[in-house]
Amino acid sequence: MTTLILAEHNGKELSPAVQNAVTAAQFWQAPIDLLVAGGNEAILQKAASISGVTRVVHANAAHLAHPLAEDVANLIVSLAQDDQKHYQVILAAHSSFSRNILPRVGALFDVAMISDALTIQANNTYTRSGYAGNVHNLIQSTDKIQVLTIHTSSFSAAGLIDIGGANTEIVNIDAPAAFTKTRWVSETHNLSDRPALTSAKIVVSGGRSLGSAEKFEEVLSPLATKLGAALGATRAAVDAGYAPNDIQVGQTGVVVAPELYIAIGVSGAVQHTYGMKDSKIVVAINQDPDAQIFQVADYGLVADLFEAVPTLTAALR
Amino acid sequence: MKILVAVKRVVDYNIKVRVKPDGSDVDIAGVKMGVNPFDENAIEEALRLKEQGKATEVIAVSFGTTANQDVLRHALAMGADRAILVESEEKLQSLGVAKLLKAVVLREQANLIILGKQSIDDDAGQMGQILAALLDYPQATFASSIKLEGNEATVTREIDGGTETLSLDLPAVITADLRLNEPRFVKLPNLMMARKKPIENINAADLNLDIQPRLTLLKVSEPPARKAGIKVNSIDELLSKLRAHEGLEL
Repeated sequence: MTTLILAEHNGKELSPAVQNAVTAAQFWQAPIDLLVAGGNEAILQKAASISGVTRVVHANAAHLAHPLAEDVANLIVSLAQDDQKHYQVILAAHSSFSRNILPRVGALFDVAMISDALTIQANNTYTRSGYAGNVHNLIQSTDKIQVLTIHTSSFSAAGLIDIGGANTEIVNIDAPAAFTKTRWVSETHNLSDRPALTSAKIVVSGGRSLGSAEKFEEVLSPLATKLGAALGATRAAVDAGYAPNDIQVGQTGVVVAPELYIAIGVSGAVQHTYGMKDSKIVVAINQDPDAQIFQVADYGLVADLFEAVPTLTAALR
Repeated sequence: MKILVAVKRVVDYNIKVRVKPDGSDVDIAGVKMGVNPFDENAIEEALRLKEQGKATEVIAVSFGTTANQDVLRHALAMGADRAILVESEEKLQSLGVAKLLKAVVLREQANLIILGKQSIDDDAGQMGQILAALLDYPQATFASSIKLEGNEATVTREIDGGTETLSLDLPAVITADLRLNEPRFVKLPNLMMARKKPIENINAADLNLDIQPRLTLLKVSEPPARKAGIKVNSIDELLSKLRAHEGLEL
């Protein structure tokens, strides 16, 4: 048997979360194939340099330039059928990319997919959270093929071998014909000089206490710039229009696990803490001494954020 | 042009669920239940498409025991034309529900199926993708905008760091993100009127599908709590604590 990892990339770079997926895949102690749909030479080289990867399987076709769930799912099924590898495990790091594709793959194999596994245990047993992280469910799958996404921050990143030093095989395969009933039209990226939210070392996050989009920008932006941090927001701040929705941290947004998470004017609703509680160090600044965020913060400062944050920004080197 | 929306009955989003003392499941006896919030976005979008003259009928469907009638009544009160309850006393899981839903889609010859992007109890976010796979239909998940023109839907999806726009031939499956719309409030007279609208019952067993659970729930527990830290009194104190951590250059 072989384990198959679906690798995420943006056409230019391989997602760093692939390295975490490799660590998760090593649980099965089987050879690991890494599937790259589309992508360029740099992505393939990076993929081949991840320690623990046996083979990089590369499918290239014009229609994979902007891979659709339909095409990638069909690609995985055809790969599993053509290849003598007998994939018993198919996994990816949990993201808007993989969660769009792998449930479709699971259905094509008639198996129940496991979303966002926190732990992997013997006998096809996993922990995953429910009710916005309020409960942990220990579940066991009875399916022959395991299809799952893993909670990236629950698994360490597999190391990289110097590019060129790895002799991982890169195999080119044909992709099945395009699924023509769906067509890619366009995409937009929120351009920002800041690091990507999901991979930033430091995240500065704001809640509804900021009061307006102008204040959100005026108070948090200088701090984030000085720290080289990504900006995040609570759902309340996003719903109020203070911040764009793609920086929402939480159950219905992005899950982050930076070295340092600074929550400013954040109440600490479970919905939000679900998305940041794996951060290494959490700092909370809030005027309300009873705010729930202080229950998950390593360092809490009860203060008026409009005074404290500029003071903090000024005090940084 | 028929739009089918599926409605899941879940614990109200304001309620913090508790784990049963024996760890066998969550304790939801007597807890307030309601429509899964993302499903409300799906219903709302279907109704708006009908109000724009793009659709002729909105059908709501739910799966489970007769207790699910309340969420179907809610969908009817919002404006759905009729409702179907696929009745089953068994514990249903995503793959099984998708198979039942597929049977309803084919029976109703629905042109568009709009679902919530995930349910707030299981948080798996799979139903739309599974259904689209079983039907070999186009899919557009996490939709923040839907436009219908002729036999084509143009959908903007929320992805990490931006949006993606797809064009889908109908029939197709779309899953709703919260940003898709603001669901309407249900007025009391509408709720009264909804009692008169029909709810058709289908017995799940009569559909002869493999809806056996594939996942066994072994144990439910509270997640390990993150340890609360300390309160600091000033920015200076905060910075000196942070600077004591290795690897942080502040």
